[in-house]
Amino acid sequence: MSRKDKILNGNALYTFIAIIIGFVAGAVLLAVAGINPGLAYGKLLNGVFGQVKYITWSIVYAAPLILTGLSVAFSFRTGVFNIGAEGQFVVGSIAACTVGILFDLPAPIHILLCIAAAVAAGAVWGIIVGFLKVKRGINEVLSYIMFNWIAFYLSNYIVNLSAIHRTGGGEASKDVADSARILAPEFITKLTRCTAANWGIVIAVAAAVLVWFVISKTTLGYQLRAVGFSKTAAEYGGINTNKMFLTAMAISGALAGLGGAVQTLGMAGRVSQFASQEQYGFQGITVALIGSSHPVGCIFAGIFYGAMKYGGGKLSLVKAPAEVVDIIMGIIIFFIAIAHMFKVIFNRKKGGK
Amino acid sequence: MGIIIKDLGLLINAMLIATPPLLLAALGSCFSERSGVVNIGIEGMMTIGAFVGSVVAYYTGNGWFGFFCGGLAGAAFGVLHAVACVSFGADQTISGTAVNFIAPGLAIFLCKAMFDNSSDSPALETASKLPKMFNGIFPAGSFGYNVLSTYSAAYLSFLLVLVIWFVFYKTRFGMRLRAVGEHPKACETLGINVFRIRYICVILSGFLAGLGGAYVTLATVSQFRPNVIVGQGFIAISAVIFGKFTPQGTLKACLLFGFCNGLKSLLGANNIVSPYLISMIPYVVTILALIFFVGKSRVPAANGKPYLKAK
Amino acid sequence: MSNVDKHTVAIQMTGIVKKFGDFTANDHINLTVHKGEVHAILGENGAGKSTLMNILYGLYQPTEGTIAVNGEEVVIDSPQKAIDLGIGMVHQHFMLIQPFTVTENIVLGMEPKKGIAVDIKSARNRILDLSGRYNLKVDPDAKIEDISVGMQQRVEILKVLYRGARHLILDEPTASLTPQEITELIEIIHNLTADGKSVILITHKLKEIKAAADYCTIIRQGKYINTVDVDEVNENQLASMMVGRDVEFQVAKKEMKPGETVLEVKDLHAKDYRDVEILKGLNLKVRRGEIVGLAGVDGNGQSELVEILTGLRKGISGQVEILGEDLFGSTPRKFFEKGVTSIPEDRQKHGLVLDFTVAENLILQNFGKEPYSKKGILKKDLIRKHATKLIEKFDIRPSGCENRLAGELSGGNQQKVIIAREVTNDGELLIAMNPTRGLDVGAIEFVHKYIVEQRNKNKAVLLVSFELDEIMSLSDRIEVIFDGQIVGSVAGRDADENQLGFMMAGGTKHEQER
Repeated sequence: MSRKDKILNGNALYTFIAIIIGFVAGAVLLAVAGINPGLAYGKLLNGVFGQVKYITWSIVYAAPLILTGLSVAFSFRTGVFNIGAEGQFVVGSIAACTVGILFDLPAPIHILLCIAAAVAAGAVWGIIVGFLKVKRGINEVLSYIMFNWIAFYLSNYIVNLSAIHRTGGGEASKDVADSARILAPEFITKLTRCTAANWGIVIAVAAAVLVWFVISKTTLGYQLRAVGFSKTAAEYGGINTNKMFLTAMAISGALAGLGGAVQTLGMAGRVSQFASQEQYGFQGITVALIGSSHPVGCIFAGIFYGAMKYGGGKLSLVKAPAEVVDIIMGIIIFFIAIAHMFKVIFNRKKGGK
Repeated sequence: MGIIIKDLGLLINAMLIATPPLLLAALGSCFSERSGVVNIGIEGMMTIGAFVGSVVAYYTGNGWFGFFCGGLAGAAFGVLHAVACVSFGADQTISGTAVNFIAPGLAIFLCKAMFDNSSDSPALETASKLPKMFNGIFPAGSFGYNVLSTYSAAYLSFLLVLVIWFVFYKTRFGMRLRAVGEHPKACETLGINVFRIRYICVILSGFLAGLGGAYVTLATVSQFRPNVIVGQGFIAISAVIFGKFTPQGTLKACLLFGFCNGLKSLLGANNIVSPYLISMIPYVVTILALIFFVGKSRVPAANGKPYLKAK
Repeated sequence: MSNVDKHTVAIQMTGIVKKFGDFTANDHINLTVHKGEVHAILGENGAGKSTLMNILYGLYQPTEGTIAVNGEEVVIDSPQKAIDLGIGMVHQHFMLIQPFTVTENIVLGMEPKKGIAVDIKSARNRILDLSGRYNLKVDPDAKIEDISVGMQQRVEILKVLYRGARHLILDEPTASLTPQEITELIEIIHNLTADGKSVILITHKLKEIKAAADYCTIIRQGKYINTVDVDEVNENQLASMMVGRDVEFQVAKKEMKPGETVLEVKDLHAKDYRDVEILKGLNLKVRRGEIVGLAGVDGNGQSELVEILTGLRKGISGQVEILGEDLFGSTPRKFFEKGVTSIPEDRQKHGLVLDFTVAENLILQNFGKEPYSKKGILKKDLIRKHATKLIEKFDIRPSGCENRLAGELSGGNQQKVIIAREVTNDGELLIAMNPTRGLDVGAIEFVHKYIVEQRNKNKAVLLVSFELDEIMSLSDRIEVIFDGQIVGSVAGRDADENQLGFMMAGGTKHEQER
């Protein structure tokens, strides 16, 4: 059975079971480390739902994750495994950041230009990998990984350019101009008491709906899916498979790049010098898997991950390492990965003997 | 002339520091990939190996024992990956991604739990690290010192290439593991236990990746830090694809990465070019080498495809 | 010539039942094979022959029933156990490791050792020894990917003999052999039985049973039908036992006079996937109202030719004229638009997107055209209605399968989906490659009916098939391909199997007459 149908057939029940197992395993680990899991999970829950402010923060955290999740999900749908969303996200953020700092334009135009730059950067980052595959037959996983690291150092290089680097303390870029920020209007920030509240979630949801529409309702989506499911049959049917492959990689990259823009223009307002990879791209893989590669699923999965990330940050208050979140997430995908097998076992028990 | 020899010595020294962890992990990856199981969890396995290696050495004061335990920690995650991919027929890339979340998460989690919420483990004393050879024979900074007075584990890792080459091409086990990666069904009809071979290979890949990780904390760096591995596992995987899935090819690819790394430290010392651009060299060189020099890598035919027995 | 030793039972399977979930693949099947006997197992595709043999070989466990080998009841729970009992199996799809050498493939799993290393040299000698004894010619140092299908099969037989097998199972062994190679194989089989070995021959080819087997067990839809002495039945009786009704092998065709040339291939050269030249100046012409059968053994350039004629592969040089326009090197879309439709060789690889619904598959070439889409937006309602119509017209089952995935359909129904689509596309030239491979008799009749119908509608048809019987029963003209060239041409009604077989193996018509 191919990777695609396993991913696509993942259904909500098994995902739910996987999530439960993830939390149980996390609890065991906390207990072993001498931390009361009840206390830690209580803190986590409270840290997410305790106040409107917390919920808003979770959503702010979610927006870029939804977008990288969509990027990966879109690639799954079209038969590629975009492990390069990380690099596309990074070039997206640095592109948005650079345009946000260097240009001086009125608000809506400046924002659009930043977003366009980020989307283009992400798309280019994806399409280069596509070209290497199509023209030279180079394994895309390999070049995705290489381009993740090239993006990483490129971003650090740009952040340290004198025109970009902030003056005064801090290893980061200058702040992007206010005209490029996508912060929510004041009444919302006041209402939610979340200073970073921004339009990112709206952009992410709109992108999800657009992706859903393109995939399931258009001839472009038909061709992309055909190539994803069976390159040979698509070719036989007269579809230009290389063109579709590149298109898929470009769109997937563009979505991750958009995620970078949302992060930079929304919550962060700048790009920091990285010491290690940002993980948004890799977390996007988790989001796509939990969301069963469905665009709408990605919205919920992204919010779930965003909440875990935000809430996890508060675990240190009870002396619980925030990394328990990574472990829980890892266990969840591990069980989603083998859920397919459980289905087979259950079905066999129901039928047969 | 003297300066050239000295620089050459520095370059080789930097290569000898950078290559072994990659090489160990990449050789592990060879086992797994050739038997038909894609293992992108190498990164996570290296990280847990780095952590366990440094912590065991810290408490026991024995670098070699820490090194070995680092390997075991990697192997434990090898077991996890094998259960998912071999027994349950899970998607191998996804299972590997899971390992890459769980293993580093666990390493940092345990580090914080053990060392008062610090994500760095305590620094190791020289005596607890892996030993260096020819101590005191060559004057510090001389060519001989740079090339020969290095960690014996580094030379061991090169020796291992030879051993693994022999295993792959001259022994029963090697022949069978290569066959399993090409056509598992055929192997089963010949009475070969496909599951057992794949389990052994995936666990070995974890063990070697763990050793690679432990090498980093027990030789190159003297402690565990969250980003001590930063992508070396992924580079090791690249080296295997680059090296066309053979131990000897993998060695060449790892040496190339090591060389780029050596170049990096040499050029970085002069501070002419931005250190960030220099850091890109290994990756850019890989891409260029793939474009211009290397033909298509012949992937083992059954690579990445779950194999399940019908009952 | 019979070597049957009636007093020694080699293999006895009694009351074998095998269930996969709710599906019963084998329903109380009995089989008795004596020493020195060639025992054929006859049944249609999907009748349960392979399941039965996989049970005997330890790949499956029977749900019920017992197996005795050499008079002793045994449980065979792994291929290793079967090998230990002296059972060997040559699978229909060869179980060979492509990048390994012949020697390596034969010894794999039973490698002789010298110290800790594998002793390839002594293995090689033993293989040469064996191949001499049974007249199985192989090159022990060649890689599998470089040798012919016939030699690959000999490697498979050697693999089994190397393990000391006394009972050999051959699963559809003649599927891709020339008539001459088949004769050789039958000789080898008799060499084996003369040496006291027993051979189980799984097949659906009646002629071979008559030529090679002593007894024949017939299985239909998983059920045991009968075991007969081959000398006492004729082919028609075997066929009706296999299918459960009388079968008409001849396809009715009306007389037609070929019209204008639709396809003309001139001096076509092309390379295969290994970059070796495989088409070496091929010329071919197909006219309206005729079925041209391209006969030949697998691997002589047929696949590459069809791929070029549908735009899937680029040749080196030559011309491919469709209705006078040279389309050499054009895209699949261009070929399609000029009226080339095709039933591809591999329906699961090329013909269908298995993860698409039946409805989506039925518009594979036409998704971009009205009424199925407008301005890039798919019209799902119309796509479904189109499917409903075709499902009914072509009797694609299960009925109402518009929204089912194509991969969920049976092989025969998948082929019907392709035929429904290609016939509806209504081109000028239909290219069919092995259109009935793996189908049961009912589906074969269906496919043949539509191929002839296209011809009767004054379309041009190119039929490429490895089944000589199929070529001979359908074609108006037969062209024989060997080593990338057309080596002979005969009118359909004058075709003689021996003569065709001779040409398929590289001999010319002229030579044989001398």
